[in-house]
Amino acid sequence: MDIILQIGVVFAVCLAGELVSALLPFAFPASVIAMLLLLLLLAAKVVRPDRLGQVSGFLLDNMPLFFIPACVGILKYLDALLENLLPILFICIGTTPLVFFITGHTVQLAIRWMDKKEGRKDA
Amino acid sequence: MLEMIASSPLFGLCLTIFAFLAGRWVQGKTGWMLAHPLPIATLLCIAALVLLGIPYEQYAKGGDIINMMLGPVTALLALGIYNQRQVLGRYFVPVLLGCTVGSLSSIFSVLGLCRAFGLDAALAASLMPKSCTTPIAISIAESKGGIAAIAAAAVFFAGNTGAICAPLFARWLRVQNPVAQGVATGACSHALGTSKAREMGEIQGAMSSIAIGVCGLISVVITLFL
Repeated sequence: MDIILQIGVVFAVCLAGELVSALLPFAFPASVIAMLLLLLLLAAKVVRPDRLGQVSGFLLDNMPLFFIPACVGILKYLDALLENLLPILFICIGTTPLVFFITGHTVQLAIRWMDKKEGRKDA
Repeated sequence: MLEMIASSPLFGLCLTIFAFLAGRWVQGKTGWMLAHPLPIATLLCIAALVLLGIPYEQYAKGGDIINMMLGPVTALLALGIYNQRQVLGRYFVPVLLGCTVGSLSSIFSVLGLCRAFGLDAALAASLMPKSCTTPIAISIAESKGGIAAIAAAAVFFAGNTGAICAPLFARWLRVQNPVAQGVATGACSHALGTSKAREMGEIQGAMSSIAIGVCGLISVVITLFL
């Protein structure tokens, strides 16, 4: 598929996401709606995943590039960040093993439960 | 002359692109996990603006053009979920349960600690999505009155913690199942963690990349009610 067409498809899906987001009665990020729309298009086989190859490769391989301007925006909030740097670091680093523990054990329990149910079916 | 150059949108574009290339070069040279192109490029851009006395608003003329690509980048996360649909189908219930409980624990532990430390509402909204992938975290922070840049920094801190410690967490916290290890890594430290999960194994990598999109989506839904 022509690369311009690929870009056009991705932009059009994002534009549709913005339209849906504006119509919704609650604040749901347009980009996440676009993600769902694209997932629907892929599942419905309207868009084939390999047809987005070039543009998705370019965007996903260089992903950090697109976060830089948002991060440079920290210039305006440097005081707020530095003043609270220790609590912010503590919160971000400290809660990470907690999330790992809770998620990991939830998944393990669910898999064990599934296996038991399947085992019973086999018996 | 500097005035003239800085007032063009091309200035912000060029500064961002070359700072990114420099960051990627440093990462390639050192191979350190913390020498990630994002913080390096951010610091380079900030240093350039401060040293040259160029106001942020002038940089933003070009920066906004790159920033606009956050939408397409987020939308393309759908490919990550779609490409793993067979694995996802097999473990649908465990993944959904794990990501839901994991996202809830992340958001509420952050909000609780923010209250304990007496941080204001804007900071709490910025830290709340720290376990989501950057583009989704920025959307959540902005829709809740937070600061995009602080959200991006929080995501980076959480992501590196997972990227460095995921194998240790798995051992110490007794998460032995490879599917559970993958989902847990993606849930607590998104794309940065996923690179480590790939090193732990193929299943871990696949589950971790599924967890990025699923956790992002669930976190958006949870924050709708906050």
